[in-house]
Amino acid sequence: MTANIVNDAPLLGERPWSADHLRARRSILRDVWKNRFYYFLALPGLLYFLVFHYLPMFGIVVAFKDITPFSGLDGILHEPFVGFYHFERFFKSYYFTNVMTNTLVISGLKLLIGFPTPIILALLINEVRIIWFKRTFQTISYMPHFLSWVVIAGLVMSLLTTQGGLVNKLVVALGGQTHNFLGDPRYFRVILVLSHLWANIGWGTILYLAAMAGISPELYEAAMIDGANRFQQARHITLPGITFVIVILLIFAIGGLLNAGFEQILLLYSPPVYQVADIIDTYVYRSGLLGMQYSFATAVGLFKAILAMMLLLGANWVARRLGQTGIW
Amino acid sequence: MVKLSRGERIFEFFNYAFLILLAVIFILPLLNVLVNSFISEAEYARRGNFILIPEQPVLSAYQFLLGRGSVVVNAYFITLFRVSVGTALNLLFTASLAYVLARRDLPGRTLLTLFVFITMVFSGGLIPTFILVDTLGLIDSPWVLIIPGLINPWFMLIMRNFFMALPQELEEAAIVDGAGPATILFRIVLPLSLPSIATIGLFYAVAHWNAWFDAAIYLKDIHRMPVQVILRSILQQALMNDPEAFINIQVMPPTVAIQSAMVVISTVPILVVYPFLQKYFVKGALVGSIKG
Repeated sequence: MTANIVNDAPLLGERPWSADHLRARRSILRDVWKNRFYYFLALPGLLYFLVFHYLPMFGIVVAFKDITPFSGLDGILHEPFVGFYHFERFFKSYYFTNVMTNTLVISGLKLLIGFPTPIILALLINEVRIIWFKRTFQTISYMPHFLSWVVIAGLVMSLLTTQGGLVNKLVVALGGQTHNFLGDPRYFRVILVLSHLWANIGWGTILYLAAMAGISPELYEAAMIDGANRFQQARHITLPGITFVIVILLIFAIGGLLNAGFEQILLLYSPPVYQVADIIDTYVYRSGLLGMQYSFATAVGLFKAILAMMLLLGANWVARRLGQTGIW
Repeated sequence: MVKLSRGERIFEFFNYAFLILLAVIFILPLLNVLVNSFISEAEYARRGNFILIPEQPVLSAYQFLLGRGSVVVNAYFITLFRVSVGTALNLLFTASLAYVLARRDLPGRTLLTLFVFITMVFSGGLIPTFILVDTLGLIDSPWVLIIPGLINPWFMLIMRNFFMALPQELEEAAIVDGAGPATILFRIVLPLSLPSIATIGLFYAVAHWNAWFDAAIYLKDIHRMPVQVILRSILQQALMNDPEAFINIQVMPPTVAIQSAMVVISTVPILVVYPFLQKYFVKGALVGSIKG
């Protein structure tokens, strides 16, 4: 898509005063007039993006001033600039290494465990030949995807509560002691990864299963004639058949590495586990909306937005280099 | 039927066993809250949280939550408003823009697409957006749940791809027959893409039903909050003794039962509807992955 931008301005001839140019200009105006219905139709949507996406982009000036909730619009426009003061304050603070480490570690763990497991699960589902079993399992495994994180966090809390929760009952039955797992920094990231897995593993199989359904049955028939058993078929036909999907999804999972799961963490964490749970997004929320440090939080958010943009564009670039169409 | 080798039979057995175990793991937490929502104070005191079948199921938690003067009933109406009006407006705005950007011969189309695309890779972030919503006076307005998320750029691009996949000959034939752009849109394009639009609508609707964060930061008045926010407060053991939220009753059901019942109340509609709409969701997920 980006490559076409250049082609969109074919009217800038070498001699802008030429008769050709004037004729071309008149014809594009005629084209625009002819399409007035469509521009009119697009107007509300474009206006929405202008107000709710572009205005906040200009709002990042807040990061370079000293704005409080009481500054108002006037303050945002007229307060003096303070340069990169808030960025420096963030980079020098304890929180910088803490939230960066937590973001990357939590995100990395989710990738390490949450990325390969749906592939394995899809391979296992693909081996099921009883149709009703397969369908029922898929319906059940997609279901958590439709629950809100508030609900999932509620389920997690209910399982882990020290007041008779299932997990603690098991621990006690096995001779252990009741333990507040959610408030323990040693267990918190495990809980994040497992609840993420529970919520997403089933839905994550959809693209792989679709790619598997697209593999030609003739390949399997030929393999069977050659005496390949089902493990060999899975290894040499099914897996290569979905490699393309795996690569693309992996690239974009890496592109989203800075999104470690804002709502999930916000709903599950508590002060005792901040040291292992606080990510960039939760820190922005706490320092900005709860701590009222508008400028500082905007600076931290801007730092993340720029890194995230580079990661995403880089991922798209890699995907294109590999001969895929990329997301855009 | 192909004859299975010994190794394959062993694999089959473990594969089915593993998948059944996994299915149990998916269902168990939900079953847990369902059962806990019917538990009575006496039984809870005696047997604790996790009980497979309560001896004497009681409805007191539901009576408490859905009773007269309860904030939950009110929240339900707000969520219904958000889902219905929100999704309708989402579709209206998304489809109009997508339809225009799907026109291959529209002058400036690439620039307009770029205008949307930029918002997908960069955003001003939480605080500037909050300041904007605050400045526009949307705090505590029911519209704050709808307007700031009017168009999801991903869904818009997916819908644009739907429109671009329609055969162009249809439109050309209509033009020959003297149809104007509005006639083409309402008589040809929209009827033909109704299934695709409905699929996107389902995704918008689920997102509205489940949305929590925006409501949590933009709404201060308890009587304007949707179900997810109320659920969150109850899970945090707040609100239960708030006379503004619930009319006092003499015997309070156990906290666990109230919390579990609230999870059930906010989840059941989705779980009831979802299996019937599953294939549309799956279709949507697949279409969304096809690059435009």
